[in-house]
Amino acid sequence: MDVSVNWLRALVPGLEGSAQELADRISLGAIPVDRVIPVGDDLAGIVIARVTEARPHPNADRLTLCRVDAGTGEPIDVVCGAPNVEEGALYPYVAPGQELPGGFRIESRKIRGEMSHGMLCSEKELELGRDAGGIMKLEGNFEPGASFASAMSLPDARLELDLTPNRIDLACHAGVARELAPEGGTGVVLTEFPGPGWEPVWIDGRTGAESNGVSIRIADADRCFRYLGAIIRGVRVGPSPAWLQARLRGAGARPINNVVDATNYILLESNQPLHAFDLEKLAGSEIQVRAARAGEELRTLDGEKHVLTPACTVIADEDGAVALAGVMGGQESEVSPETVDLLIECAAFDPTHTRHTAAETGLATDASYRFERGIDEVGLEAALTRCVQLILAIAGGEADTEGIRVGGLPPSLAVAELRPERVRQVLGLDLSSARIEELLSPLGFGLRSDGTRELLRFDVPGWRGDVRTESDLLEEVARRHGYDAFPSEPRSFRPSSVPDAPDHERGDRVRRFFAGEGFLEARSLPFVTERRSAVDRIPLLRPLSRAEGFLRTDLASVLLSRVEHNWLRGRRSVRLFEVGTAFGSRSPRPEAPPADPSPDERDAANPFAEERRFAFVITGDRSPDHWGGSASEVDLWDLKGIVEQLAETFDLGPVAPFAGRVDECQRPFGWGMWLHDEAFEVGDGECLAGIAGRVDSRALDAPPWASPVFAGEFRLGAVQVADRRRFEPLPQYPAVARDLAFTLASTVPASEVESAIRLAAPPLLSNLQLFDVYEGEGVEEGRRSLAWRLVFRAPDRTLTDGEVDEAMTAILRRLEADFDVRIRAS
Amino acid sequence: MANEGPALRERLEEIRRRGVAAFESAESQEALEAARIEFLGRGGLVSRAMSDLKALPAEEKPATGQAGNRVKKALEALLEVRSAAIAAAESGETDEVTDLTLPGRRTWQGGVHPVTRVIDEVCEIFREIGFTIATGPEIESDWHNFTSLNIPLDHPAADMHDTFYLDQGVLLRTHTSPVQARIMLEHDPPVRVLAPGLVFRRDPWDASHAPAFEQIEGLAVDEGIDFVEFRAAIDFFVHRFFGTGTRTRFRPSYFPFTEPSAEVDVTCFLCEGSGCSTCKGTGWVEIMGSGMVNPAVFEAVGYDSERFTGYAFGMGPARIALLRYRIPDIRLLYEGDAAFLEQFC
Ligand SMILES: [Zn+2]
Repeated sequence: MDVSVNWLRALVPGLEGSAQELADRISLGAIPVDRVIPVGDDLAGIVIARVTEARPHPNADRLTLCRVDAGTGEPIDVVCGAPNVEEGALYPYVAPGQELPGGFRIESRKIRGEMSHGMLCSEKELELGRDAGGIMKLEGNFEPGASFASAMSLPDARLELDLTPNRIDLACHAGVARELAPEGGTGVVLTEFPGPGWEPVWIDGRTGAESNGVSIRIADADRCFRYLGAIIRGVRVGPSPAWLQARLRGAGARPINNVVDATNYILLESNQPLHAFDLEKLAGSEIQVRAARAGEELRTLDGEKHVLTPACTVIADEDGAVALAGVMGGQESEVSPETVDLLIECAAFDPTHTRHTAAETGLATDASYRFERGIDEVGLEAALTRCVQLILAIAGGEADTEGIRVGGLPPSLAVAELRPERVRQVLGLDLSSARIEELLSPLGFGLRSDGTRELLRFDVPGWRGDVRTESDLLEEVARRHGYDAFPSEPRSFRPSSVPDAPDHERGDRVRRFFAGEGFLEARSLPFVTERRSAVDRIPLLRPLSRAEGFLRTDLASVLLSRVEHNWLRGRRSVRLFEVGTAFGSRSPRPEAPPADPSPDERDAANPFAEERRFAFVITGDRSPDHWGGSASEVDLWDLKGIVEQLAETFDLGPVAPFAGRVDECQRPFGWGMWLHDEAFEVGDGECLAGIAGRVDSRALDAPPWASPVFAGEFRLGAVQVADRRRFEPLPQYPAVARDLAFTLASTVPASEVESAIRLAAPPLLSNLQLFDVYEGEGVEEGRRSLAWRLVFRAPDRTLTDGEVDEAMTAILRRLEADFDVRIRAS
Repeated sequence: MANEGPALRERLEEIRRRGVAAFESAESQEALEAARIEFLGRGGLVSRAMSDLKALPAEEKPATGQAGNRVKKALEALLEVRSAAIAAAESGETDEVTDLTLPGRRTWQGGVHPVTRVIDEVCEIFREIGFTIATGPEIESDWHNFTSLNIPLDHPAADMHDTFYLDQGVLLRTHTSPVQARIMLEHDPPVRVLAPGLVFRRDPWDASHAPAFEQIEGLAVDEGIDFVEFRAAIDFFVHRFFGTGTRTRFRPSYFPFTEPSAEVDVTCFLCEGSGCSTCKGTGWVEIMGSGMVNPAVFEAVGYDSERFTGYAFGMGPARIALLRYRIPDIRLLYEGDAAFLEQFC
């Protein structure tokens, strides 16, 4: 929405301040002003000139030789390139030696052999508008030589407002002016129009009314609340006077003719959309507001032909639709230069039906914008009266004294209540009733006499459909007081009754772990393609693209796509982790909620599930390249080391080779991407805490130089946040270390050997470590050698060799019994 | 005999000079050993000179004795250095100096995401004024996302949220505000929570839009919370987060779930208020939407709106990260590019 500062000044007598200052006041008091655009600041060199003679340039098809009267007494020759130059018309003119806005100096020069002294200008050249299609033809009675700027009421400034959905009343100049009106002043004053004026006698009807052979009917009261009509006969359609054109241009609108300009003026002044029909072009004696018939056709003012549906609301005459109600008029009944008699429509159309009509026809107009958000229904009479007065003043004619009014009298004003005590409670301000009234009255709120000191009752002006409740009025008081005028005082507070969400702390800890292990945190958005979401995919009903058409069911496969992204950029070593949400469907699908469900019932009926997870991926070198020797590649044991550390740090449960079970608990973890014989499962609960392993290269789009990729994914909920660490006394007596190397069948898992040693050892065994695994030359086929270091220690004495020997013997016996071990000759 | 002391000291100095020359010129352990025997050996020059000490008058003995010890120590130290140098030379290690400008051996740098950094900092600051951290689901019902927050489903305000639906009435939350309703349905005041999380809007990707991004919701509800305290809380945060020199500006705005509603601007932290491209020349940057909780929201969750008041706010840590770290394109945040993420380690 654009507003003209000159127009605002005209509405608020005595309004002080520069355009920028006014913009700041609006921004800090009501709605944001996006930009302040100076208009016609440097037009001092431009005058109005009349083209007295125009003939084709002898040497150029597209040029015209003009003789121009610029009020100097001497005719001036100007070569003009515009297609729309007309003999007798008025245009802005720059004389040689003068400058265009922006500083371009005009000089006399020869164009294709003919001298040109100065230039006739387009809107664009004067930086007044975007139209560069021709020179700017000026309608009205101007003297050649007159200052162009003062004729156009320039300079001006245009404010670009960023309307919030609640403040539709600020889509017009009077609305914005009210925000600027000083306390205790006269408020907003509308200029009076010269001419005979109009004070109608209303002919009323609930669903229809008739006057002087014109009848209006509302066929569907849901679609139109009130419809007012006025008839003016004998107008002369022509250009508007300069002041009106200047107002419209100032607000960014284009003058068309005096009748249409008058309706637009009222729209921009007081927000009421109006429409003028050419009365003679309406068939029959009645128009009605009704639903469009299926297949009914209408060509709108913009020349587009629409095939309508019953969702559209139309104004129709005997022959069919003549206008889209609240959206746009029809071309057939449009006001043209030949129009003599007018029917002026001023109505309140239903917001929802207007939205449907606009949506069905793909039109969004100034009128539909306002009707959709709700107009001032109380102000219809005033707006129509003012429009008729303006047309009579600038287009002549005579208005029927009877106005037609269908749908009843204006609704009474809404009443909103405010307790000064509540101002204290919510705003922290101690304001008297008188002060509150002072703040609100410039906005049009009228203090009613039926209130008390404890309860103020205000009439809400019709244009403030957004104000109904006490908190609405509180906001008005706060705005008028000025948000920045509030003190900023810390108060004592009670601690929150809400405990920290455990998932937040879990996420924190996981982040710290991975950052410490040299991983970078990724934040991927959870949208995936079909390929990445083969299991239980959740489609978005209206995705932005096919590539982002589904929600991820796991994090790891999304991290794999991030690895591919890094590969594309030539990077081989990638270590990423992420904490995020995976999505799934609940099965069986829950039943639909009952009618009017409670919040809990809504949650229970949610067919989808989500779970917080964390995942990591690792590929490439163990460490960055160094001149002292190149690093080796990450392998399965690096992965397992990370997994073991994770499991220990976060108490996730045991780490075991992946059993390959397919059940509801495992499916979520990137099903199908793991190499089953190089993967681990973690956890001992009913459901796994997570899975990690080597990623199947078929799940990846890898360049030839890529290293194997390892990944893992875990439920965040499995992370234990309770700190279970307890101090253990430090050893007081020395330890005795023994190494033990033996061969046994390769098929025996190391973990079983380890448990056997631990079981056989007396409590003296304080540490057990596998330090070598060997298979190959020197060891029989089908067997392998395991070498362990055993550390013995007693808490209360120094161990003797005899005690340790005894322990070793017990362990060996156990191993021999269980696994057919052979001690290796050292 | 009066000059016997000085004479002996002169002799010791001469021994030192010759000894240094002999040790330094020795090129092998054998030559060095020969020099050692000559000077430091049991019957060597130093030891013989020291035995002459006994003949000196008592008053000359201490000074001359000290001089002798100094010479002995100096030669012993030099012997050690030379011996090591010759050993190194003989083992093939030349006495080449290590180039200490070569880069050291490093491990991979790990770190959290820049948006996480911002979220963590915001949470830390609000914790100081009694806030706890809450979470909520990303899939929401339309009731939680709109209705509970006083946004009717067919109201133009709902147009501001171009929403991803998954099913009838089920959607990806368009803001973190539904966490407000969930918290209040479960807990009684006093409530002071911060809820960071991902939110979803049907905005196509471009340099400043992503179809999902992070938001942090804040909510404080208790008896006696007013606009004055609300301003103070926001000012406290701004001063801690952006610096004490930063000023705030509250502007009217519209959110159905707060009233009065306010946008909060801070003085531009890039140009410090003088105007730049980030603040579009205004000197101010918008950082959050906020306001006093609308009583309609309290009523939807069963709070007594006459007794309790509160404030709520929402801010975009992703946007703040873009501004703070001068990242020109929001897409960089979500690509997982290691070269990008490394910059924030
Ligand atoms: Zn700036």
